Amino acid sequence: MNKKEPLVRVMKRETIAGWKSWLFRAASIALALIVIAVFVFAIIGISPLNVYTLMWEGAFGNSIYFNDTLFFTAKLLCIAVALAPAFKMRFWNIGAEGQVLAGALATSLIMVYCSSLPAPLLYILMFVSAIVLSAIWGLIPAIFKAKWNVNETLFTLMMNYVAIQIVNYFYNKWRGAASALGKLNKGTKAGYLPTIFGSKEALMLLVVGVLTILMYLYLNKTKQGYEIAVVGESVNTAKYAGMDVKKVVVRTMLISGAVCGVCGFMTVAGQDHSISSASAGGYGFTSIIVAWLAKFNTMVMVLIALFVVFLEKGTNHITDAFAGFDDSASKIVIGIMLFFVIGCEFFINYKLSFFRFRKGEK
Amino acid sequence: MGQKEAIQMKNITKRFGSTIANHNVDFEVREGEILSLLGENGSGKTTLMNMLSGIYYPDEGEIFVKGQKVLIRSPHDAFELGIGMIHQHFKLVDVFTAAENVVLGLKHKKTRKEINDSIETICKKYGFDINPNQKVYDMSVAQKQTLEIIKVLYRGADFLILDEPTAVLTPQETDKLFAVLNNMRKDGKSMIIITHKLHEVLSISDRVTILRRGEFIGTVPTTEATEQSLTEMMVGKKVELNIERPEPENSKERLIIEHLSYINEEGVKVLDDINFTAKSGEILGIAGISGCGQKELLESIAGLLHPEHGSSITYINPDKEDHISLLHMNPRRIRQMGVSMSFVPEDRLGMGLVGSMGMIGNMLLQNYAESNSFLKMKKQAKIKAVKVKDKLDVVTPGINTPVRKLSGGNVQKVLVGRELGSNPTVLMTAYAVRGLDIHTSHTIYHLLNKQKKKGTAVIFVGEDLDVLMALSDRIMVMCGGRMNGILDARTTTKEEVGLRMTKIQEDGGADHE
Ligand SMILES: Nc1ncnc2c1ncn2[C@@H]1O[C@H](COP(=O)(O)OP(=O)(O)O)[C@@H](O)[C@H]1O
Ligand SMILES: [Mg+2]
Repeated sequence: MNKKEPLVRVMKRETIAGWKSWLFRAASIALALIVIAVFVFAIIGISPLNVYTLMWEGAFGNSIYFNDTLFFTAKLLCIAVALAPAFKMRFWNIGAEGQVLAGALATSLIMVYCSSLPAPLLYILMFVSAIVLSAIWGLIPAIFKAKWNVNETLFTLMMNYVAIQIVNYFYNKWRGAASALGKLNKGTKAGYLPTIFGSKEALMLLVVGVLTILMYLYLNKTKQGYEIAVVGESVNTAKYAGMDVKKVVVRTMLISGAVCGVCGFMTVAGQDHSISSASAGGYGFTSIIVAWLAKFNTMVMVLIALFVVFLEKGTNHITDAFAGFDDSASKIVIGIMLFFVIGCEFFINYKLSFFRFRKGEK
Repeated sequence: MGQKEAIQMKNITKRFGSTIANHNVDFEVREGEILSLLGENGSGKTTLMNMLSGIYYPDEGEIFVKGQKVLIRSPHDAFELGIGMIHQHFKLVDVFTAAENVVLGLKHKKTRKEINDSIETICKKYGFDINPNQKVYDMSVAQKQTLEIIKVLYRGADFLILDEPTAVLTPQETDKLFAVLNNMRKDGKSMIIITHKLHEVLSISDRVTILRRGEFIGTVPTTEATEQSLTEMMVGKKVELNIERPEPENSKERLIIEHLSYINEEGVKVLDDINFTAKSGEILGIAGISGCGQKELLESIAGLLHPEHGSSITYINPDKEDHISLLHMNPRRIRQMGVSMSFVPEDRLGMGLVGSMGMIGNMLLQNYAESNSFLKMKKQAKIKAVKVKDKLDVVTPGINTPVRKLSGGNVQKVLVGRELGSNPTVLMTAYAVRGLDIHTSHTIYHLLNKQKKKGTAVIFVGEDLDVLMALSDRIMVMCGGRMNGILDARTTTKEEVGLRMTKIQEDGGADHE
C-alpha cells in the first residue's frame, strides 16, 4: 500500500495551565490587531499606528466620546447580565432585543400618557411597567418551554419581531406628520431622569454596576442560583434532587426579562428620551457574544463589554473620518476580532501535532 | 491449526492528552485462534483495538498484517485488510432492516434477493439465526449483536474484534455466541474478544493477553491459566475474589410494592403489576436483561415517574412503624415526609451528580433546600465532602474539582458516599459497579453489606449474575416489565435466573422461598 501517515493530527488537551490559556488569548488579540491594521490599511491606506490612534480617539478622545463609550458599555453589560441566568440554565434566550424594546415601549407609553403625574410617581410607574412588560416578554417563551417543551430559541427570536413591530406602530403614531419622532415630552421633559453632577450617564453606570454585582451574588451564593446551575447541567439531575424544573425555568426567565426591562427603561428615560425600533441597537444580539465569552460570569462581562464597545466606537470614528471606510468595514473589523478571540478557544482546548516534528523527537 | 501470526502490533503507544492509554504495547494474534484481551476498565483494551480498526492512529509503533507493515488510517483501510470490529455500542440504523444495515455504505449493485441469499449463506455456515427483513428497532440486544457480526463477515473480514460482547447477554445467549465463535475458528478466522469476565476467558479462548494501566503485562496460553493467576496479572496483586454474604438479622418490612404498573410517554407498558417487599437487613437483587423495566421500577419508587392508578408504594418508618404511601410524590415531598430513602441511579453524571460541580456542589444536591441559609448548607456540604473523600479514598485533585474530570470509579464513590452518608432506611442502587475495576467493585459490595448489617433494606439492580448470586439474599427476576419469580439466591442456579430473564414462567409472580 502506498499510504502516508497523516500530516497533522488534532489532539484534545487534558488540562492547560491558567497562565498559558491567558497567554493564548492575549496572543490571539495581538494577532487580530495586526490583521485589522492590515485590513484597514488595504482599504484606506492609513498606517496601522494611525488606525489605533483613531480608534482610541473615537472611544475615549474627548468627554463626549468617553461618556458615550461608558453609556454603551453599561447598556451592553446590562443586557449581558440579563442573559447570564438564562444562559447558565441553558435556556437560549436570544430575545433580549425584544425584551429591551418591550421595556423601552412601556416606559415611553407611561411617559406619553401619564405625563401629568407627579415626578416620583411617574418614575416609579415607568420603572415598574418597563420591568413588568419585559418580564412578560421573557415569560411567554418560558411558559411554552416549561409546559409543552417548545424550543425557546425560535420562540424568543420571534418575540423580537413582535416587539419591533409594536414599537414601530407607536413610533409612527407619535411621529404623526413629522419625518421623525424626535424627543418625547419635548416641552415638559416629564419622565426624564435627573442627571447626577451634570452627567446623564452616571445613573446608568450606577444601576448597571449594582445589577452586575447582585447578579453575580445571585448566581453564585444563593439557593436559586444553585438551582439554575443544576437545571442547566442536567434536567434529570434537577428532578432527582427534587427541584421543580418548570418553576425554575419560569422564575429565571422572569428575572432575565426584568433586567432587560431595566435596560429599556434607562435607555429611554435616562439617555434617548425617545423610542424607535433601534432603541436596543442590536445589543440584544451582541450581548449574547459578551455573555458567552465571559462564560456567564458577570464580572468578566464588564471587561468584555468595554472591549466590544471600544471596537465599535473606534471603528465608527474611522468611518466618520474616511469616506472609503463605511459601516460594513467597521463591522468586518469587529468580526475579525471576534473570529480570533473565539477561534483561540480551539487552541486552548486542542493541540496540533505535526508528523514531521514527532519523528524528529524520537 | 495455523500458528502463523496474523496481526502483530509492535511498541504501540497512544496518548490522550496527559493520559497514556497504551504504552509500548506488543500484541499479536495468530491465524485461526480466539485471543482474549483482558484488563480492568480503563486499561486501554478498546483503545488498542481501535487502532486496528482505524478509529485511532497510533502515536508510536508499527502494525503488521500477515507479515506486511501496514498503515491503518481509517475504518475503510481496516476493512481492506480484512479487519472488522464489533463495538461495545452498536452502530446500526434503527429504522433499516437487517439486510439494509449489512449493505449500508457498500458500493455494489446486488438485488435484494442476492443480498438476502448471501446473508443466509453466512448464517448457515456459522449457525446464526436472523431474519434479513426484520427492522433493527424490533431486535433484541443479542440479535443486534448478531447483525453486527454478520455485517462484518459480509464484508469479508478474516479478523474479528469483539469489544465486551457478553456484557449485554444472558448466559444462554452467551453460550450461543460462543458456539458461533467456535464455528468461525474452525473456518480459520482469527478473533479477539475483549472481556473482563474470567470464566469466559477460560472457556472460550486459546490464549490471553493481559493489559494493566495501558501496559502490556503478558500473553499466556489459556490451558496454563487460572482465575486467580489471571486476576493477579490483571490487578498486579493478590485479590480476594469472594463476596461476603452475612445472614439477614431481624428482618422487618420496609418497602411494600403492590400492583405497580407504569406506562411511559410512548404509551408502552414498561412495568406490569410488580409486587414485592424489601426488608431491613437484607439485600434484594433484581436481575433482568437491560431495558426490561428495572430503571423504571426504581425511578417510580424514587418519585421520578408517575405510576398508574391502582399501584401502591408503601414505606414503613422504622421509628414508629407507621405506613407512608409514596405514590405520586416527588422526591422533595418524599424527603419532607421524613422518608429516609437513598437512590444511586444508573446514570451517574446525568442524574445522580452535576458533572460541572465539585464534590461540595454535589453533596449539596441532597439537602440544599432544607435550610433557609444557603451558605450554612454549603458549609455542611463541605464537611460532608471531606468526609466522603477520606472515608472512600476518592482520588481527586480537590473537593472543588468538577466531578466530571474524575475517573468512573471515583465518580461512583462520590455518588455512593453521598447517598450512604444519610444512613438510609431504604437504599436503591442501579448498576452500582458498572465500569468499575475489581477493587472499587469490592469496595462497593463491602459498603452495601455494611449498610445491610446496619439494618438498611437494600435493593440492588445488577447485570453480572455471578455478583447478584453472591451478594443478594433474594433475587427478583424481571422479564419484559413483569416480575418472573423471586428466588432464594442461596439455592438457585445461574441457569434458572438466566432462563427467567428471557422467558416468562407459568408461575411468573409466585414467590419461590
Ligand atoms: N477519546 C478519548 N479521549 C481521552 N481519553 C480517552 C479516550 N479514549 C480512552 N481514553 C482514556 O484511555 C484510557 C484507556 O481507555 P480504554 O481503551 O477505553 O480502556 P478499556 O477499554 O480497557 O476499558 C482510559 O484512561 C480512558 O479514560
Ligand atoms: Mg473498553
